[in-house]
Amino acid sequence: MISIHNVSKQFGSLKVLKSITADFDIGNSYALIGPNGSGKTTLIKSILGMVLPNSGSIMMNGRSVIGEWNYRSKIGYMPQIGRYPDNMTIGQLFRMMKDLRANSRQIDGELIQSFGLDKIMEKRMHTLSGGTRQKVSAALAFLFNPDVLILDEPTAGLDPLAVEIIKAKIQQEMEADKLFIITSHIMSDLDELSSHALYLDNGTLIYNDSIALLKEETGEVKLGKAIATIMKRNLSKEAAL
Amino acid sequence: MMRIVKYVALDILRNRFVVLYTLFLLLVTVTMFSIEGNSDKAILSLLNIILMVVPLVSIIFTTIHFFNSYEFIELLLSQPINRRSIFLSEYLAIATALCASYVVGVGLPITFFNPSIDTVYMIISGLLLTFVFVSLAFCAAVLTRDKAKGIGIALLFWFYFSLIYDGLILYVIYSFNDYPLEKVTLALISLNPVDLARIIILLKLDISALMGYTGAFYKQFFGSGLGIAYSIGMLGLWAGLPLILSLRRFRMKDI
Amino acid sequence: MRIAVLLFIVGFSIQAQSAIWRVGPALQLKTIHAALEKSSKGDTIIVTSGLYQEGNIRIGKSVVIIGEGESTVDGQNKFEVFTIESNNVTIRNLKITNTGVSSLSDLAAIGAENVRGLYISNNVIDNAFFGIHLANCKTSTVENNILTSRSIDELHTGNGIHLWKCQSITINNNKITKHRDGIYLEFVTDSFITNNVSEDNLRYGLHFMFSHNDEYSGNTFKNNGAGIAVMYSRGVKMFRNHFMENWGSTAFGLLLKEISESRIERNVFYKNTVAIYLEGCSRSHFSLNEFRENGFALKLQANCDDNVFEKNNFIANSFDLGTNGSMTLNTINKNYWDKYSGYDLNGDGLGDVPFHPVSMYAMIVEKMPTSIMLWRSFLVFLLDRTEKVIPVVTPENLRDDVPVMTSYDINS
Repeated sequence: MISIHNVSKQFGSLKVLKSITADFDIGNSYALIGPNGSGKTTLIKSILGMVLPNSGSIMMNGRSVIGEWNYRSKIGYMPQIGRYPDNMTIGQLFRMMKDLRANSRQIDGELIQSFGLDKIMEKRMHTLSGGTRQKVSAALAFLFNPDVLILDEPTAGLDPLAVEIIKAKIQQEMEADKLFIITSHIMSDLDELSSHALYLDNGTLIYNDSIALLKEETGEVKLGKAIATIMKRNLSKEAAL
Repeated sequence: MMRIVKYVALDILRNRFVVLYTLFLLLVTVTMFSIEGNSDKAILSLLNIILMVVPLVSIIFTTIHFFNSYEFIELLLSQPINRRSIFLSEYLAIATALCASYVVGVGLPITFFNPSIDTVYMIISGLLLTFVFVSLAFCAAVLTRDKAKGIGIALLFWFYFSLIYDGLILYVIYSFNDYPLEKVTLALISLNPVDLARIIILLKLDISALMGYTGAFYKQFFGSGLGIAYSIGMLGLWAGLPLILSLRRFRMKDI
Repeated sequence: MRIAVLLFIVGFSIQAQSAIWRVGPALQLKTIHAALEKSSKGDTIIVTSGLYQEGNIRIGKSVVIIGEGESTVDGQNKFEVFTIESNNVTIRNLKITNTGVSSLSDLAAIGAENVRGLYISNNVIDNAFFGIHLANCKTSTVENNILTSRSIDELHTGNGIHLWKCQSITINNNKITKHRDGIYLEFVTDSFITNNVSEDNLRYGLHFMFSHNDEYSGNTFKNNGAGIAVMYSRGVKMFRNHFMENWGSTAFGLLLKEISESRIERNVFYKNTVAIYLEGCSRSHFSLNEFRENGFALKLQANCDDNVFEKNNFIANSFDLGTNGSMTLNTINKNYWDKYSGYDLNGDGLGDVPFHPVSMYAMIVEKMPTSIMLWRSFLVFLLDRTEKVIPVVTPENLRDDVPVMTSYDINS
């Protein structure tokens, strides 16, 4: 559904993405893994059109997304840190978003209910805790029932109960034939939530295949361990060079 | 697009700083008219403050607000909305909110104290200045990603138009004092929105007679319909050009 | 004593001999001309209500002409109405209208040449080219007249009260509007111009030159096109006049050019572009004047010397003093300046630090007039503030060493 071909991006002299090529298909869930500063967020932002790549192409359903904006009606995005206009209430924010995407087919307000946001609709954004804001972000991402969901650290900063709610929601939506791209530092979460893994290091895509294959190849049962093995292998390869 | 404007403008209008700004303008205007018996004098004293404060607040507030709403812009960018709409919405929202402050803080009270043509010019000039400096703030904001640097650039803009530019004009007058400079200075004034606004208001006031031959020359020019159209057009250009330039940059910008 | 009695008797007998002639449309004498024909020296002609259109009326005898009721003498836009050619003529209580307009001669409602002892009073002069025109006259009085002209342009509008080469004239309590110059004097000496109101005239409210030792007091000059201009005279005394609202890029409350040994006291200058502009003035004394809400209170050219400015009030002027030189040749002393921010520790009513009335920007404007376009800018504000703290450009010795802390009551 989304295919990235030879995408490179540099900020100043810093090369953040080095010729990345990957395909994301509907029905799958992709875990985007890598150390801090490896280019995960930049890759996500490239797909969303917030960062314009220096070279390469990004296609969605066979059409380039560069300079386009309509394709985003099929995407729900949950940012790492959600900040909203200070004096806006939660209710106003949802209303505004519904206004902005007025032509969306159906509204999925399930997370609003399960997070209990419907009870605090009159609260202003600047009075909310970081966790509550994350809940708002998550609820927004799922609100328009999009085909593609891009979640940047969806479980960070959430209380355990909320983590379970969002996980359940993701698993439920995966059944509904959607495409997920998820980054997280919590490997156990990704283990539960994704079918494929992309491992990025220093702007280079090192591993891109199904998690089952990864585990089989490394002989590990857990995703975390398997990734650690890949990292070590990669380090020794670099040392050899 | 207007939906975003509506929500963002409503948000800004509830901003504590904007409320303070409105109250400050209101206080200054009412005070000026209370202590100065003569309304011309009051407008003149008010003029000094407005020419200094309106650009400063507009440019600094806008720059800070732009950086503070970076994440929100990010959120909007993840929605099916094009960048131009987002940018122009932010612009219109801030400009509308600051203009509303100005109208409440200055426009309404001076209309109440002194309903005359001077007042109309005062209000129009102030509103145009707000638009101009909001534009310049967007310029400063898209030039860098660093908030401190952005505010620095914004301050520099303000400093340049409020002070440095006039210093340069004075230097030009000093250097070429033996030549007739009316036309040259007229052209130079058009290149600075603050000067332009100041001259328009001064010439509208009775006080312009004090400005001697130069004043008479300017009055002849700015007094005509063409001159008024020209000055409003120039101020419009000063609001439009930086906006277009910053929009072009924003469309290419990585958020 | 004996002489006094004799004089009284002689006077009485002359009075007794003089006849009274009544003129009126319904009377035997239908025209002023006819009455003048019949009358002889010392007679009185009473002009009763009616409209008199008699062309030019020449008065060649010492007579008294008095209007009674609504008597209007009309020049039909062609003639000078009264031309006085004899001494001791009185014209009172008439309405005189519609003189001719000429570019060759100064047609007036009342004109006189080479005579003395005139008494012109209580007339209403309407739509005249020149109002009252005296040439080479002596010891005469013009008072309580109301003169109004058409205010068309400077070529087709003459002066209200115009005096040329006169001596010992009293011009008192007249009201002159919409003429070219309200009161115009040239080569007029030892005269009194008092309590007149001259306003809304095209050019100057008062305009004189080469007129020495005249006194101007209690007059009001208001809203005249170019204010008041007086030149080339000495011994001018101006007391208790009001110079008001003479506003415009070329208007002056009082323009003094080549004036010397004069006294300007207790006048009020209110809302003039430039209250007093001095050029080439010397040995004159300016005291107890009030300068309020003017653009410039004083503009002093460097060619002025030995003038004294003391005990004046400077209140709410945009600029108190403008000059093009360092002006050490004049004295500024004990004035009240509302812009003075000094202190008076010993409480003697005098400020302890000198006041510098010339702002830096006023200096700059004087040297570079174009820089007025920076007026009210932030730059100018900063320049003036800085200069106040560290004077660099403004002349150090141009100052009031003992400014007073409270304003003077100029009427006491």
